[in-house]
Amino acid sequence: MNESSTPFKRHLRDFWIAFRRNKLGLLGGFLVLTAIILALFAPLLTPYQPTEVIRDEKGRGLTFAPPSVHGPLGTDDAGRDVWTQLIYGARISLTVGFMAGFIAMFVGSLFGILAGYFGGRVDNLLMRITDVLLVIPDLPLMLVLVATVRQMELNISPLVVLTAVIGLLYWTSTARLIRSQVLTIKERQFVDRARAIGAGHMHIIRKHILPQIMPLIVANTVLVLSIAILIESGLAFLGLGDPTKPSWGTMLNFAFDRSAITNGAWWFYLPPGLAIVWVSLGCVLLGNVLEEMLNPRLTGHHLEDGQSMIAVSGKRSE
Amino acid sequence: MTDALRPGSGQALLSARHLTTEFHLADKTVARALEDVSFDVLPGQTVGLVGESGCGKTTTLMSVMRLLPSNGRITAGNVYFNGNDLLALSERDMRAHRWKDMAIIFQGAMNALNPVLRIGDQIREAILLHDLMDRAAADRRVDELLELVGIPRGRRDQYPHQYSGGMRQRAMIAMALACSPDLLFADEPTTALDVMIQAQVLELLKEIQKKLGLAIVLVTHDLGVVAEMCDTVVVMYGGKVAEYGSAELVYNQPQHPYTQRLLESFPDLNRPPDSANRDLATIPGTPPRLNALPPGCRFSPRCHMSMDVCAQVTPGKVNVSTGSGVLHQVACHLLNEQEINK
Repeated sequence: MNESSTPFKRHLRDFWIAFRRNKLGLLGGFLVLTAIILALFAPLLTPYQPTEVIRDEKGRGLTFAPPSVHGPLGTDDAGRDVWTQLIYGARISLTVGFMAGFIAMFVGSLFGILAGYFGGRVDNLLMRITDVLLVIPDLPLMLVLVATVRQMELNISPLVVLTAVIGLLYWTSTARLIRSQVLTIKERQFVDRARAIGAGHMHIIRKHILPQIMPLIVANTVLVLSIAILIESGLAFLGLGDPTKPSWGTMLNFAFDRSAITNGAWWFYLPPGLAIVWVSLGCVLLGNVLEEMLNPRLTGHHLEDGQSMIAVSGKRSE
Repeated sequence: MTDALRPGSGQALLSARHLTTEFHLADKTVARALEDVSFDVLPGQTVGLVGESGCGKTTTLMSVMRLLPSNGRITAGNVYFNGNDLLALSERDMRAHRWKDMAIIFQGAMNALNPVLRIGDQIREAILLHDLMDRAAADRRVDELLELVGIPRGRRDQYPHQYSGGMRQRAMIAMALACSPDLLFADEPTTALDVMIQAQVLELLKEIQKKLGLAIVLVTHDLGVVAEMCDTVVVMYGGKVAEYGSAELVYNQPQHPYTQRLLESFPDLNRPPDSANRDLATIPGTPPRLNALPPGCRFSPRCHMSMDVCAQVTPGKVNVSTGSGVLHQVACHLLNEQEINK
């Protein structure tokens, strides 16, 4: 091993070498990364604003113009550029999806770890809360919540409401997953050993439980991200997004409402749909591969790196 | 202490007195895993805890360190460490004692190592946890410890699965020594290792004991190991101390039928091949279930010398008078008979 590089750099390099081997993971990473790059550099990639109406020479709005007439992806019913809406929409979809996914992961991991580690009454209380949320159908509950919060006219951006509702409702399966894993880990002997060296609960959770379930958390985060993006799209499609800041779901909603399908304007509804598939597929592929990779037990065998495995006997030093 | 085990037991590093531990089982019964267990560990001494599986050896260690699982309770007795009653301490104060004063080498090193943390970091963990030194000093200490147990320095950043079984056990020993404890519990340190590595690990323990002046409590069912390593032996049966005394006396003049049979069931190269009892002895049956103990002496159902009284009265401890004042206690009615008859 190259001793001059820092352990972190070395770690990162090892990670990259292993990651590169996995074609599906590379594909997933590529899909997610392109979406993020398009979202980040949206203003550089289009001359228009997402709400700007494209006009022909006579000053009329260029409605339902196919890609052959205008831009890479044509225009919508109001004459706005679809490509521009798509890459600006990526910003909204990804932001809401990522934020909601992270909130869900955080709440789920916290519930799962506390319930699994402490057990008994804490477990009972936390898991009953989880059960209640688990049995209520997600989508109707979210619809009602988003609509109710909106009715209250609290002057909060609809996107924040959407993020919070998805994030605070979609952690239940994660909590159960993490809890079951923690339950098996806390019975392992190295947890006893940690207690024997004088460690308290916080230390054991931080140093011994968390590193064990980290692969699960990271992989599951990526998977939950894709689900959060899907749910956001679903809710936005049902009209719960922010009409002034259209996400991919909102675009689909517009397309559906304004009879893009009967007009044969496939360039209006196909791109946002495919974009959603693009990102969620990328997240799923990436999530599966990350889970495999971040688990050190799956990385290598002690004979693989060609080092001697026999300890130097105490006698030899004499 | 009304029954000091022997004169001057006040200097003992660790004294367990009348330790009784119970487990509440899922079927609502109570298993008395330890009853009235008393023994002393003097500084620098090696004490062997021997007996069949399930006789309370590991439970004794866990009771002393107060690491029993949540359904276990110490219902009676005291544990003194340097004169302090450990059972009277709060959990917080007890935590400070663990590893700094007494460390433990667990049964099965693979399971006691966290598979996703580097070996070096795991050894360092205890040092940092007790705030004994800063990170740089702790790192140097880890290097020292690895050298002490004979693990090449280049392997400190590896994970447990990259170590062989013997090296894991060495790493466990290094870990146990991290905070310079006075007392080391070794819970079957050589099980699951082949004979060569067993010998190496025992050799290492001996060497370290000599270098650092540690007291060691060695839990094992390998009587050969006990003979080789220990000054004092505690023979346990069914959660009670059957025989307790200096290793030499227990080996050469075992008084309890259980100890006698246990020793005879072990191959001995010095036993003349043409002697009458050249076959290895066996003890019929299995150790009692701890939630359904037989009345009287717990060994009586399996004992080849049991009398009527054995199944009715629990035998008390008798000091075997050897004239020299060397420690040797036995809990058996046979001895009482002899005492009375004298």
